[in-house]
Amino acid sequence: MTSRSLSVLAFAGVIVTIQLVTKATGSEYHLTQLTMTAYYSLLTIGLCMLVGYAGQISIGHAGFFAIGGYVAAYLTTHDFSAQSGSVPLSLLSALGVLVKRPDLYGGDLLTFHPWAAFVTALALTIIVAYLVGGPVLKLKGHYLAMATLGFGIIVYRIVLGTTALGAADGITNVPGFAVVPGIEVSGKTSLRVVNYYTAWGIVAVSMVLLMNLQHSRVGRALASIHGAEDAADAMGIPTASYKLKIFVLSAVFASVAGILLTHYNAGIGPSEASVMKSVRYVAIVAIGGMANLWGVLCMSLLLNYLSLRGYLGSFDDAVFGAILILIMLFAPEGFLRRQIIGDIKGFLSRRSGEREAS
Amino acid sequence: MSIDLFFQYIVAGITYGTIYAVVAIGFNIIYNATGIINFAQGEFVMLGGMTAVTLYQFLPLPAAILAAVLITMAIGGLIEVLFIRWLHRPSVLRMIIITIGISILLREVALHIWGEGVRALPYFTGTATTAVSLGGVFVSPQVIWAVGVSAVAVLLLNVFFSYTLLGRQMRACSANRDAARLCGIHARNMVTLSFMLSAAIGALGGCVVSPITYVQYDSGTPLAIKGFTVAILGGLGNSLAAIAAGMILGMLESFSIWVLPAAYKDVISIAILLFILFVRPSGIFGSAETSRLKEF
Repeated sequence: MTSRSLSVLAFAGVIVTIQLVTKATGSEYHLTQLTMTAYYSLLTIGLCMLVGYAGQISIGHAGFFAIGGYVAAYLTTHDFSAQSGSVPLSLLSALGVLVKRPDLYGGDLLTFHPWAAFVTALALTIIVAYLVGGPVLKLKGHYLAMATLGFGIIVYRIVLGTTALGAADGITNVPGFAVVPGIEVSGKTSLRVVNYYTAWGIVAVSMVLLMNLQHSRVGRALASIHGAEDAADAMGIPTASYKLKIFVLSAVFASVAGILLTHYNAGIGPSEASVMKSVRYVAIVAIGGMANLWGVLCMSLLLNYLSLRGYLGSFDDAVFGAILILIMLFAPEGFLRRQIIGDIKGFLSRRSGEREAS
Repeated sequence: MSIDLFFQYIVAGITYGTIYAVVAIGFNIIYNATGIINFAQGEFVMLGGMTAVTLYQFLPLPAAILAAVLITMAIGGLIEVLFIRWLHRPSVLRMIIITIGISILLREVALHIWGEGVRALPYFTGTATTAVSLGGVFVSPQVIWAVGVSAVAVLLLNVFFSYTLLGRQMRACSANRDAARLCGIHARNMVTLSFMLSAAIGALGGCVVSPITYVQYDSGTPLAIKGFTVAILGGLGNSLAAIAAGMILGMLESFSIWVLPAAYKDVISIAILLFILFVRPSGIFGSAETSRLKEF
């Protein structure tokens, strides 16, 4: 058994243990936040590939989360029956994309099927990610950071300023998403355990995928881009194409997280697209060890859970800001690293070396 | 569009353009000294405005503004000493994340001190409805104050950099740090000084425009990104071009209300930023050759 499958097994053990503990102690309400945590973790592990492994910073991933979430929310809540006679609409109905469901007041709503909305949202995210990623990833350092930040603010301003997307209130009453019969992503109390396992199951599968990617030709190419892009280029690695692909991949992760969390919460608001959310994700990647998927996952689980349960109180954002600064000041390679003891030794010896030199 | 409305848009454009130019100059001062883009630049403007509003309760207006500028200046220096001074050759990614962290901390501190409320200093002369006629166009006196004070500040800054020993030392450091150190210039102190100057000019800008634009704990980030747009548009490090670029962005934004709802105003300026970054990262006044040598 490889160490990779061992770590996945250990992770599954932790997830099951948490559920059993909450069941035993009668505190199953924790599972709600833990499920939300899972979806945020999905985004952060995707971002970890981009920021940690490929070394390309993005302060705009909340934007992709919001694109996924908002498109899914809009398509599954907007009533298309007013246009039901038109040609594109009847075409969509014939394809089974549109479904009728009762609304709160007993009337009928003609909306997209959640799967159709899912595919549309994902397709849109991929298109946007390609369009944005292409030119943005040619930039480096400050310019890359500002450009991605700018992208995030644009998405935020658009969802905040568009009345069709609910402006400051966001979109509510988003229906559940029956992924397969029997598994529905929704906030119903009776489905809490199912949702918990679904969410973390998706995270586990994603982890396996990303770990395989990381140990593949692509993963090594990304690491070389992180190390020295020009050298990687000289070795014949198509750096631009790899960077773009990993950018799109991380955007897809963010979008899927956004879509599923929107169905789970039955709504989405503009705060999901805010700059602070994007910064928060980068903070989690930084404290998790940058290029360390498991570290990022652990930190994401811990910090998102604490934050969602409200343990950080009104210092929520400040905690993430402080984490960013402290990590970058004292452990710029990330906090959770296997060779952390070696680092301390290296740090001490470097210090004494400097003293001798001066 | 009537001719009156046209001039009103221009005046609004100049007002916003001024504050963007001030933020851009703040970026440039630190960039020239260190090669760092300080993502917390917008927070200096916010801190200046907020502090002045609070101090105005106890002090006359000029004293409150002066004190606010000095306090923000001290905070700027403190930030440099605490977070940046002792780092040994930090990578660009590291500096970006640290300054972003600083901006969040400053914003959160402001939130805890001042709450979420919107604040503003009173109009320096007259009231919100006073208008001065400039050749038939009615302009709020505060606009004249904002433009005038910023212009004087930029002028003084130029005099400082060109004619004083300290200013020339700072320029020497930005031109060639090692050579400057060999000449006996304390390069690290120059960096601290650049943070202080940058904080001071940001705070001053925050004070003079606050009666028109208002300040809030989170007004820093949009200002920072627009100031950055202006800095890039003018060519990073070039303060005089930043003023022209500030006016251009202010006008574009102001006239964008014509075509798009006001809620999308920020979208316009950021889209401009992305466009410039994609096609001409050296800026419209910058030279493409020199920018190729820089590490972006």
